[in-house]
Amino acid sequence: MTADGTTGGPFAGSTDRPAPQPPGPWRRGLRGWGGVGAMAAACALALAATLTLTCGFGGPTAVPGTADPAARARQASTSSCDAQNMAQSLPPSQAAGPAVRRIQQRHELIVGVDQSSYLWGYRDSTSGQLEGFDIDLVQAIADNLLGPHPHIVYRAIPTADRFTDIDNGSVDMVVRTVSIACSRMSVAAFSTAYFEAGQQMVVARDNTTITGYDSSIRGKRVCVADNSSAQQLLGQQSYGARQVTVQNQLDCLVQLQLGYADAVFTDNALGAGLAAQDPSVHLVGHAVNPEPYGVAMNPKDTDLVRRVNAVLQTYRQGGWQRSYQHWLAKDLPGISGPPPAQYKS
Amino acid sequence: MTLTPTGAPPAPHTGAPRRSGWTEAVDRTRGAATTEPGRLRIMGAVLVLLVVAFGAVTAWQVTERADAAQDVATRTQPLSADAANIYRYLADADTTASTGFLSGGQEPAKVAQRYQDDISTASALIAHAAADSSASGQAQSEITILNRELPFYTGLVESARADNRQGLPLGSSYLRYANSRMSGVLLPAAQRLYQVEEARLGADYGDSKSVPWLAWSLGLIALAGLGWAQRRTFLRTNRVVNHGMAGATAATVVLLLWLVVGHTVARVDLEDSVTHGATSLKVLNQARFDGLQARGDENLALVALGGDTAFEGRYQALMAKVAGPADGRGGGGLLASALSSADDSAGSAPVKAAAGDVARWRGIHTRENARANDGDYSQAVGLVIAPSGSTDQAFQAVDDNLDQAIGHETDELQGSVSGARDALTGLPQGAALLCLLGAAAAVVGIGRRLSEYR
Repeated sequence: MTADGTTGGPFAGSTDRPAPQPPGPWRRGLRGWGGVGAMAAACALALAATLTLTCGFGGPTAVPGTADPAARARQASTSSCDAQNMAQSLPPSQAAGPAVRRIQQRHELIVGVDQSSYLWGYRDSTSGQLEGFDIDLVQAIADNLLGPHPHIVYRAIPTADRFTDIDNGSVDMVVRTVSIACSRMSVAAFSTAYFEAGQQMVVARDNTTITGYDSSIRGKRVCVADNSSAQQLLGQQSYGARQVTVQNQLDCLVQLQLGYADAVFTDNALGAGLAAQDPSVHLVGHAVNPEPYGVAMNPKDTDLVRRVNAVLQTYRQGGWQRSYQHWLAKDLPGISGPPPAQYKS
Repeated sequence: MTLTPTGAPPAPHTGAPRRSGWTEAVDRTRGAATTEPGRLRIMGAVLVLLVVAFGAVTAWQVTERADAAQDVATRTQPLSADAANIYRYLADADTTASTGFLSGGQEPAKVAQRYQDDISTASALIAHAAADSSASGQAQSEITILNRELPFYTGLVESARADNRQGLPLGSSYLRYANSRMSGVLLPAAQRLYQVEEARLGADYGDSKSVPWLAWSLGLIALAGLGWAQRRTFLRTNRVVNHGMAGATAATVVLLLWLVVGHTVARVDLEDSVTHGATSLKVLNQARFDGLQARGDENLALVALGGDTAFEGRYQALMAKVAGPADGRGGGGLLASALSSADDSAGSAPVKAAAGDVARWRGIHTRENARANDGDYSQAVGLVIAPSGSTDQAFQAVDDNLDQAIGHETDELQGSVSGARDALTGLPQGAALLCLLGAAAAVVGIGRRLSEYR
């Protein structure tokens, strides 16, 4: 929702951020689509009142992306996609078009994933298998497309290659904690949002000084992944913290454990993955800068986008909750369900 | 040596107006030089001095060169080899750690053992290097870095292992961090230590090879002096041969020839050990270092698959450095230069074999890379760490062959250096003996002439 202007460099690790993109020609086609869900309506109301995004987590939170005049100007000029309607996707459909048939005739689904995001997509070193919240979703999609015991090719792809791999057809979709953003609409079509994450602090449990992304981090060493939106946020509002930069957010946990950093500022979805790997650290304070995750596909594969949305429609009714309970509830408690689906009309 | 120009030491004068001992000696010499016996005495003394000085300087300079060659063989070359081995075992430990990591939670016992052996061997070598009292300040500071960083490194590897056993991706972060400490701090320190030792080795080579100009010059001057004295005697007495002085000349000529031939032979041997031993060793060691790091990067590229893509690039660059560009048909790189400086088949055969193994390694790596990119992770891991048909096996073959080549070149080097030392054997003692004989003969010869004036 807010990540406009943040850049996703090649080493952004698992915290992926959209890179600014020029408005593509097809975006004009979005004009006039409505279908705003309840949550987006609330957001729109709040935005109208304060020009500040307040939906999502806890109390009202300033969002630099929209408070920034340049970002506002860009949103005004590309009114077809904005923070309110970017999570809207094509209405669900089980119909098989060329993309779905391509996958079915191949008898395998090729998915770009991460293999080191604990709880989301990671390789269990003892079984050698990929597991996690994202992988459960891939399994549900593959079951729907290919029937029972589907053949799935998991390609561990670097952050920098996600959209080029979609574009050149080397993967059918990317399920890798990809945040939905207007700047990415020209390179990817997104499913409806299946999770909503935000930036949050991770600290040692015995650290009572740091209470969240606020003035309590003054003078502290805060670790961020290079090119992450946490890094950008901290650059805009540091609260007097000193920034420790590493290649990806998992490296931040190493820094924290070795005592080279006092806190990690990261996507809370991935922060939960850090907390799950080290029982002596946890997430503190509120998440800021909410952003929805979606399944990224090729914009040409409209039938596949509709099909995945149909899968998600069912998945929201039970599969999602089971997966959430299994992977995330312990370290990311208090989420009652998936964000509601929003469709283009 | 008992013959002095004035026959007796200058006695201190008492009572008379005081003159310095030197002035008096000069005056007395001037006085003596006016008579033929006096001139003969002076001549004899000078000849004796020249011959003795030639012998003494020869013994001194040859001993110095023999000692330097001895240092090459017993001290600096082994120290340089130790420093190379510190690098080798550290890099091997890092590579082995990532191999173990790829095998999953339970590392194969063989891999775990190899890591342990690498770390203990490296520690022992570092301790040994630290105990060398002649080490320079820079060497000591590199050793301090190694001593400080190694326990930290092993701690990081243990954390990586512990996390990996629990199936936590955090292990891969620890492993990458450990690797960055190894390639960013430990290995550069080991490399600098190796360079310091190489420089010391080079200095010892220089000392042992340097031409003993002073001894050569004194030898020629002594010969010229003897020649002049004999010509003078001939002109005055018409006697062709003064047996004593002829004997002195013979002794001097023998010593000078021995010195020139002996040192030249030693020098040729040392040159040979530099070009075929030390230079080859340098290239082979570098090839081994780069091969080890390439192997480590290959492992880590798989550990960090989908994350850090820099490892694959580093692997490719290092392999190109070792064996030339990937498409080149077995040419170029460090192995090609090692091959060109190998002087016999025993030295070139293992290098050729290593080049073949590198080609095999690269072939398997290409297949492995394709498997990894196609999402077939377990097959890719198999191609990297399986006991046979894997890049690990090809790498082992490269390393074993390089080990053999390094062993051969070390033997060659030691052989040449000991040849050089043999060429100088007995020369200092011979110099002492010959110069005393020469001096005695000169005294006898001059004595014969002197007796004619009694």
